[in-house]
Amino acid sequence: MENVLDVRNLTIRYRGAAEPAVRDVSFTLGRERLGIVGESGSGKSTVGRAMLKLLDTAEVTADRMSFEEVDLLRAPERQMLDLRGRRMSMILQDPKFSLNPIQRCGHQIAEGYRRHVKCTKAEARRKAIEMLEQVHIRDPERVYDLYPHEVSGGMGQRVMIAMMLLTDPDLVIADEPTSALDVTVRLQVLRILDGLVRDRGIGLVMISHDLNLVRSFCDRVLIMYAGRLVETLDARDLDNAKHPYTRGLLAAQPRIGGPRGDLPVLDRQDSWLQPHQEVTA
Amino acid sequence: MRLDRRRLNGVAEHGISILVTLFGLLILTFVIGRIMPTDPVRAIVGEDATREVYENVYRQLGLDKPMWQQFLLYLRDVATFDFGTSIRTGQPVLSDIARVLPATIELATFAIVIGAGLGAPLGVIAAVNKDKWQDQLIRVISLMGHSMPIFWTGMIALLIFYAGLGWVGGSGRMSQFYIGMVPERTNFLLIDSAIAGQWDVFRSALNHIILPASLLGYSSSAYITRMTRSFMLDQINQEYITTARVKGLSRRQTIWRHAFGNIRVQLVTIVALAYGALLEGAVLIETVFAWPGFGQYLTSNLMIGDMNAVMTCVLIVGVIFIGLNILSDILYRVFDPRTR
Repeated sequence: MENVLDVRNLTIRYRGAAEPAVRDVSFTLGRERLGIVGESGSGKSTVGRAMLKLLDTAEVTADRMSFEEVDLLRAPERQMLDLRGRRMSMILQDPKFSLNPIQRCGHQIAEGYRRHVKCTKAEARRKAIEMLEQVHIRDPERVYDLYPHEVSGGMGQRVMIAMMLLTDPDLVIADEPTSALDVTVRLQVLRILDGLVRDRGIGLVMISHDLNLVRSFCDRVLIMYAGRLVETLDARDLDNAKHPYTRGLLAAQPRIGGPRGDLPVLDRQDSWLQPHQEVTA
Repeated sequence: MRLDRRRLNGVAEHGISILVTLFGLLILTFVIGRIMPTDPVRAIVGEDATREVYENVYRQLGLDKPMWQQFLLYLRDVATFDFGTSIRTGQPVLSDIARVLPATIELATFAIVIGAGLGAPLGVIAAVNKDKWQDQLIRVISLMGHSMPIFWTGMIALLIFYAGLGWVGGSGRMSQFYIGMVPERTNFLLIDSAIAGQWDVFRSALNHIILPASLLGYSSSAYITRMTRSFMLDQINQEYITTARVKGLSRRQTIWRHAFGNIRVQLVTIVALAYGALLEGAVLIETVFAWPGFGQYLTSNLMIGDMNAVMTCVLIVGVIFIGLNILSDILYRVFDPRTR
């Protein structure tokens, strides 16, 4: 299978930081849905942003970092401007902050399209409204003219999805796409995203701290811990994870109908910094 | 924009708060007039007036009446635009003001256009290039504008650009030669001369205003630059800027199309404040350039305790600030959909 992303030994160090935020991370992504799971500060978002080369204040090194035929390590900003928003895009966490508060939703959707496709304003508007329909917005003409503060979180996130999928990209990074949403609309938004990604054969990287979400919406899962990739598994094998950190995370989840005692707490070990193959049982 | 009940209520609320502010302002000017250690009667009748004359004027001014009646009389005078006569100039205060205020408005408007036109872009550039040489350079430029005393820069600039290079006109609003040639309609010299079609005078006026306006503009641009820089720094770390970059927009496009739009409200506020400060009169510059403006008028009247004029000036400054507040409130609504 042709790889959408191919990353070998990616290391990212923020300027002025003593320790790298991400160390020696390797993975590939095909036309599949890949989950990256880890706790806050584990470096999962940093990896996502590095794929779009959005980290201005960090030093990114790798043996290889390519997106389809493009060598991202050598791609100049000029080339990135053409890639971003057309062939690769990213869904951000909270529409309250990720949409420009003083521009109409529809305008923001159309703006990305007009940046990459030569067309009239009316065409861009028509495309944007079509896309709003595809993210199951019932009254797209009206929503097009609303400001971000006039829409709900779930609708805002669907606007975000519409904006990011409008140009039919090959790669979408979804950085905690539902953490800011109400539990009730989470699943709805995820189903919409999932449907579009499958239909269009988009390579999706889903960054999350929610194991269950990743289990049901991804094909493969990367587990990150303290800037390192500690385990890679098929989503359906998640329960058979071998790395003690992954097992610890799974054990720390509450279960409906399960015992009501205290949940186990992670007992962190230095040896966790190693990938699971090297951990001696 | 729909005109619904909520908006009407908002407008009404606004109107009431303006009236309350105005009323407070009137009380303030009235009190200033009463507590100043000057004797308005003595100022009119002179030092050697007889007791009888003094008592007469005292009654004429209504000073024998209770305070609240005096205040009502003051309100009546203000409502009929009767601000009394200036002791210093012997003219009605209102006609004095009509002469000096346009001179200052002309200068301040010119200056704020320069100040904001220079300050806002410099602030943006400094923010975008934070801690790089551009930022450092702009910081030095604005620090200089902030810290150099304006009467000193005024004199140095006159020496260089007027006496030395002869690029601009010297002091006053126009060359001596043209004084009295233009019919006074609005007392805005640039407007009056343009209406009269006297382009020589217009050019002379422009030549005279450019230097003091540039200096004032430079000094207020220092503040505008600094504030714009910090407003922009707040914005460029926001997530919606990341969104814009993810869409493939260039750095320049994200800054001007997205970030700058979000600081307009704050920018309007500080530019309005800076403009207000300029309208209050830049006494120092007006003195150095012999500019017959509002600041000079207020200061010289204050020095000799010409209370009718001082009270009126204070009232006008207050009204100017109220007006600027209304203006920036309106602009908020234009610039930020969340306030509509």
